[in-house]
Amino acid sequence: MTMTVRDIAHARAGDKGERVNVSVIAYDSAGYERLLRELSETRVLAAYAPVAHGPVRRYAVPNLLALNFVIENVRGGSVTATTALDIHGKSLSALMLAISLLGNEPEA
Amino acid sequence: MKAGRLRIGSGAGFAGDRWEPAAELAEHADIDVIAFECLAERTIARETLALVRGTGPGYSPKLEERLRAVLPACATKGIRIVTNMGAAAPLPAAHAACAIAAELDVRDFNCAVLIGDDVRDQLSARPELVLLESGEPLESILPQMASANAYLGADAVAEAMASGALAVITGRIADPSLFVGPMLHAFGWSYDDYAKLAQATAAGHLLECAGQVTGGYFADPGVKDVADLARLGFPFADITPAGEVTIGKLADAGGRVDIATCSEQLLYEIDDPGAYITPDCVLDMSDISLRQIAPDRVQVSGARAAPRTSSYKVSVGYFDGYLGEGQLSYGGPNAVARARLAGEIVKERLALRGFAFDDLRIDLIGLDSLHGPADGRPEPYEMRLRVAGKTESRAAAEAVGWEVAALYTNGPSGGAGDFSSVREILAVQSVLLARDLVPTSVEVVEAS
Repeated sequence: MTMTVRDIAHARAGDKGERVNVSVIAYDSAGYERLLRELSETRVLAAYAPVAHGPVRRYAVPNLLALNFVIENVRGGSVTATTALDIHGKSLSALMLAISLLGNEPEA
Repeated sequence: MKAGRLRIGSGAGFAGDRWEPAAELAEHADIDVIAFECLAERTIARETLALVRGTGPGYSPKLEERLRAVLPACATKGIRIVTNMGAAAPLPAAHAACAIAAELDVRDFNCAVLIGDDVRDQLSARPELVLLESGEPLESILPQMASANAYLGADAVAEAMASGALAVITGRIADPSLFVGPMLHAFGWSYDDYAKLAQATAAGHLLECAGQVTGGYFADPGVKDVADLARLGFPFADITPAGEVTIGKLADAGGRVDIATCSEQLLYEIDDPGAYITPDCVLDMSDISLRQIAPDRVQVSGARAAPRTSSYKVSVGYFDGYLGEGQLSYGGPNAVARARLAGEIVKERLALRGFAFDDLRIDLIGLDSLHGPADGRPEPYEMRLRVAGKTESRAAAEAVGWEVAALYTNGPSGGAGDFSSVREILAVQSVLLARDLVPTSVEVVEAS
């Protein structure tokens, strides 16, 4: 079965107007190394393409085994003036957790 | 304050929060201060408008419930209350608080009111300021401006606490500063001691959304379970004079405090974790460590900060038209196709009637309302159509819900359970304003 980010990490989304931030926090350091390797800005932008134009910026916080992604230009505009149902982008961590992980073979 | 530590409880994380957890903290958690954060970006614009139109008091609508829940315990134990529930009317909020105290027979109650965050006059005189979001001059939204409030800092909160009043009521304050202020006041730290401000701001940020650090906004059944969310406990932080921080909650309250919940909340609404800008400092989270030192106790260390910036961020609320919305459900075989057809009919009807929208959105709730186009997602048994239109015209906004409801007799088979609403859109953008243009003052209101 294909592994997803949700198998090795948890995530939280928060809004900042027309951008949303999604943190991804690994359950252990092996998972963190894997997130670092797999979750490029390009990969994350592709996962969020249905809801945001990007660009995406990635910040690493190794002490927390975490990556923080800032996703710009959420479709429909800012929290205060959008027609979207999820005006705060609170549901957007799910898109991160659903990203499939590529290399499922054990590390050499 | 006992045993060389200040314990600050978080009594609310937004205007719509529960109030029982605050009472629980005041009565059982041995806290010194309880802070209530109740002002989201738009809330203050809404309250300013209510005040101008005479449709509300201008302060947080649940001020009374929240104070009633904690006042007796706070007065008996000398727990200081700090809150931004004053919103657009901090002075009337203080008078209301005093009236509640009198009614509850709480003696010697008084309120310090922080004034100065309302900067509509300063902004009106500076149309050339640049809006951070759109890049346009402020002038472009000045005629529609409803509110303008500077995010004041912990120094102003500490000054209000120095009055000795049991409660401090403010308008706009940066969320973490509501918690940093009581620490500055209690420990007499210099406002330039950035090592302390860094730890204090990290603690404030962890506390500001209340239940979001104790297991709220966290549970994923079977993967990340949280016990007893119906009785979720709110957090407190223990802070020492040296700036050591521990986050905790009452043992018998619902929820959990651990490295996972604290990590999620630490990065909540953060852009660059190396530069989180507040009025007090620029927090660098890069080297923060979290350590579980006991059940439901997490120690926070390693926060650093650069000096604060020379300006305040100001949130400008302005009218941006209307949002009209209508919903209707379809169930059973072919529910998705019927809901889709219904949406197309509404769109065509609105065009036939000559209404124009900046944005007209058709969602199938249960399929594509949250994460974009459905692409191959499985079709659900029930489908809820949602049509939402943003427009300058109130009549156009009203027509959205009207045309959805008219589907009952004019649309696809089996449309059920309509809902419609129209609301004024209060949008928010920001500008930066030099600190010296924002004088603050403190006024003390005594219960009669």
